[in-house]
Amino acid sequence: MNAVNVSPLELLDGVILIWILLGLTGLALQRSSRFITGIIFPLGALASLALAVTAFLSLGAPPETQVLLLGLPDLPFHLRLDALSAFFLVLLGAASFGVSIYAGGYFRSMEGQTLALLCLQYHLFLVGMTLVLLADDAYMFMVAWETMALASYFLVTTDHAIPDIRKAGYLYLLIAHVGAIAILLSFGVMQGGNGIGAYTFDAMRGAELAPFWSSAAFLLALFGFGAKAGVLPMHMWLPEAHPAAPSPVSALMSGVMLKTAIYGILRVTFDLLGTQQWWWGVLALALGLITAVFGVMFAAVQGDMKRLLAYSSIENIGLLLVGIGLTIIFHVYGKDALAALALTATLYHSLNHAMFKSLLFIGTGSILHATGARNMGRMGGLIRRMPWAAALMLVGVLAISGLPPLNGFVSEWLLLQAFLLSPGLPNNYINMLVPVAAAVIALAAALAAYVMVKFYGVIFLGQPREPELEHAHDAGAWERAGMGWLALACVALGLAPVFVVQQIDFVSLSLLGSGLGNATNNWVFLAPVDTERASYSPLYFLLAVLGVMLLTTLLVRRFYHGRLRRSAPWDCGFPAQTARMQDTAEGFGQPIRRIFEPFFLIERDVPSPFDTHPRYHGQSDDRLWFILYQPIKRITEKMSSWAGLLQHGRIHLYLTYTFVTLIVLLVFV
Amino acid sequence: MENYNLFFAALFQLAQLLLVVLAAPLLTGWVNQCQAWLQNRSGAGVLQPYRVLRKLFHKDAVIAHNASWLFRVTPYIVFGCMWLAAAIIPIIAVDLPFSQAADVIALVGVFALARMFIALAAMDIGTSFGSLGARREMLVSFLAEPALLMVLFTASMISHSTQLPRIVEALAHHQFVLYPSLAFAALAFVIVLLAENARIPVDNPSTHLELTMIHEAMILEYSARHLALIEWASSLKLFAYMSIGIALFLPQGIAEMGHWAGLPLAIVILLLKLMLAGAGLALLETVTAKMRIFRAPEFLGTAFLLAVLGLLIHFLLGA
Repeated sequence: MNAVNVSPLELLDGVILIWILLGLTGLALQRSSRFITGIIFPLGALASLALAVTAFLSLGAPPETQVLLLGLPDLPFHLRLDALSAFFLVLLGAASFGVSIYAGGYFRSMEGQTLALLCLQYHLFLVGMTLVLLADDAYMFMVAWETMALASYFLVTTDHAIPDIRKAGYLYLLIAHVGAIAILLSFGVMQGGNGIGAYTFDAMRGAELAPFWSSAAFLLALFGFGAKAGVLPMHMWLPEAHPAAPSPVSALMSGVMLKTAIYGILRVTFDLLGTQQWWWGVLALALGLITAVFGVMFAAVQGDMKRLLAYSSIENIGLLLVGIGLTIIFHVYGKDALAALALTATLYHSLNHAMFKSLLFIGTGSILHATGARNMGRMGGLIRRMPWAAALMLVGVLAISGLPPLNGFVSEWLLLQAFLLSPGLPNNYINMLVPVAAAVIALAAALAAYVMVKFYGVIFLGQPREPELEHAHDAGAWERAGMGWLALACVALGLAPVFVVQQIDFVSLSLLGSGLGNATNNWVFLAPVDTERASYSPLYFLLAVLGVMLLTTLLVRRFYHGRLRRSAPWDCGFPAQTARMQDTAEGFGQPIRRIFEPFFLIERDVPSPFDTHPRYHGQSDDRLWFILYQPIKRITEKMSSWAGLLQHGRIHLYLTYTFVTLIVLLVFV
Repeated sequence: MENYNLFFAALFQLAQLLLVVLAAPLLTGWVNQCQAWLQNRSGAGVLQPYRVLRKLFHKDAVIAHNASWLFRVTPYIVFGCMWLAAAIIPIIAVDLPFSQAADVIALVGVFALARMFIALAAMDIGTSFGSLGARREMLVSFLAEPALLMVLFTASMISHSTQLPRIVEALAHHQFVLYPSLAFAALAFVIVLLAENARIPVDNPSTHLELTMIHEAMILEYSARHLALIEWASSLKLFAYMSIGIALFLPQGIAEMGHWAGLPLAIVILLLKLMLAGAGLALLETVTAKMRIFRAPEFLGTAFLLAVLGLLIHFLLGA
């Protein structure tokens, strides 16, 4: 055993190396696309699994650090594996395991250079995300962050022949970099002017910052990471870039990459900045609430299935930010158990979202391959053509709607418990904010169910809306396996909450110095504070529901005949029923559009009553694009045109500029 | 003694499971009978729902050609969920061991689970009424569900617990004669009850008029045993909501922990409360008119705001 004494961090280095090698092999062997999809992606998936297992085993271990002999002279890369990193690495590994298996099946339709490049970028993307989670200095972090951003940019623009996709990629790149600048500035503030050696996170932990500067660092970090996560108003790239990317990439971006931003906020707020202030929490809470409601409202009116999921991701990021906000508030006021509860809810929801959102995104990939359409209005009845995809995605849909006994419910339950236990904060205004916030969370959760009924119902149920849907084929074996893994994760995370909470406790202990502790003793009942106050047992719940259902079925079978006859649908006796009389995606979202009308910019084409071939067209846009983004774009253009006045392309003019600058400097210095 | 009590509690849980499933149609029958009296009709008697169920179970099930497995399992899931929901609310005694596994948030989750499945099943055949019903049901519930959650939160805040038995125990031993926060919550709850049980003024259970129906539109394609299970589940849902109302706002008379001798009296009191509540519902339905579908969100928005107001008042006054 001692002969091969490899530490967890070294194992993770190994995984990173394997991914890089796999990517390069794929690039070298671009002629054999079968090899890339059949061997490289499954091997990458195994590496993901190894990463998840290693990280999982080191959750409770003391932090481990490593100095890499890479980077610039005197500026080596630092890596560190602690509980927070390990938790997010488990998330990354578990989600990307399913997605990579799926990708092995999904990318079979591609070949040649496109596939080879995709293989390289895909694995570099994974490497980038892993290094972001492991980085222990600002330099390594920014390099990893940029690797991640660039790899994902190239992945988003895989189909770069389409102008819309190029545009989406550009917007993504732009917002990612505005965010990156803010993060860099935040690191700069945290360094506290301590010179060049202070770029490590260790130095930042030790730096004493004045309240003003620590607030500045927090705000910059919130802005920078928020841009990556899709927090309002920097969410604009998300519904553009996610649909543009190939589905496994969308799954990784939505399921995992957004979580690296959540990781960043947690790392900066609770680890690098020693003390927090209460208003940071209020700010995060308010931003989170707005983001959550905004996201789910817009998800309800989407017609494109991947845009719908992208907006739903915005909603979930909002919920996570609410959890972070609550954690900050409780932590500042010294309510340690509550802070741990809120943090547990946040981390649990991160994990859940990674699983069900990845599942749903790769599911849309199978649908896209089967039908060739992203618009839900061209689907319908796929449950009969794609039974496997339909069954597995039903798990994801139920989970994301927050229904017991699946995983989405557990994190929602924990978050609501954190709200319920909150009274008694010394600040009255926050006390009043809490019930309102809980109400908004409940509203967002209920709207999420609306969105998911629409998503699943319009795609999978009803009659096929287009004749060519008759030839739709189910997901292949690899695709099923990948989706099956993620669906299994959703069920397992839902049924074993106590075990998961025990693991998350390591993170709470290391970040906040307090955990839920004894609340995790009973393995059946999840009881964050004590069983008198609240408890939930998904296992008993499932057993009871199944038991009651089984009993009902048996009784009905026992006492009554089981005769069944098939016939045409009844539909109140209306015989001329066609597939076009079902709700389209727009139709299903219409009530929401009508209720929240002021929030949308609605563009509608209503046909005249005399039109023999009427076509209805409606589109709901985001007002923020016109209120915020367009003016910024105009201002930037104007400023660059002013700067352009200096440029004439004549060398003597530039020499004059240099001369004048020199003179001015000499005068002043 | 401890084991002895636990045994009794488990036995009692099973008894309540049996009781609610048998008694739920009776409540529906009673509401319908009261309505008939109020409308100067003689009515079909309180036992009519049982006759309807019996008739439906004996018929041959007819389902559409393209109905999927989801359509066929939904009645069982919905029935199971509603049965479970009705069985975990303390209305006779507070010793319900299963309530440890599912608290009020899980209770709302059970309702949501059933709703999700029935809405999906409604869209399965692909008829225009099916998707209309599903859309409207989800529209009504996206406001009703958070309102219900807020009502339950107000009670949880007062009792410092989200477990129903604890809530009922705390509320039964009032510190105040009337909690102002609960008064708001009660108003909101009545609106939610009307909306979630497909009652006037949001929906009308006794019509098949296309433009007005919500719940009936979703279950148009069901017949025979499937329809019987769904109808029974609707009765159970009404029973469950009435039970929540009784547990939160009229908890007096519910037997306390370990007081098995109080059971007979508790049952009599419960019957009186249910009769009163049923008659009240019938009266409310008789004197109001069905509203347009787009008025419903405003109506439910009122409930939501009232519930949040109740919660806020609890925070401000501590009562």
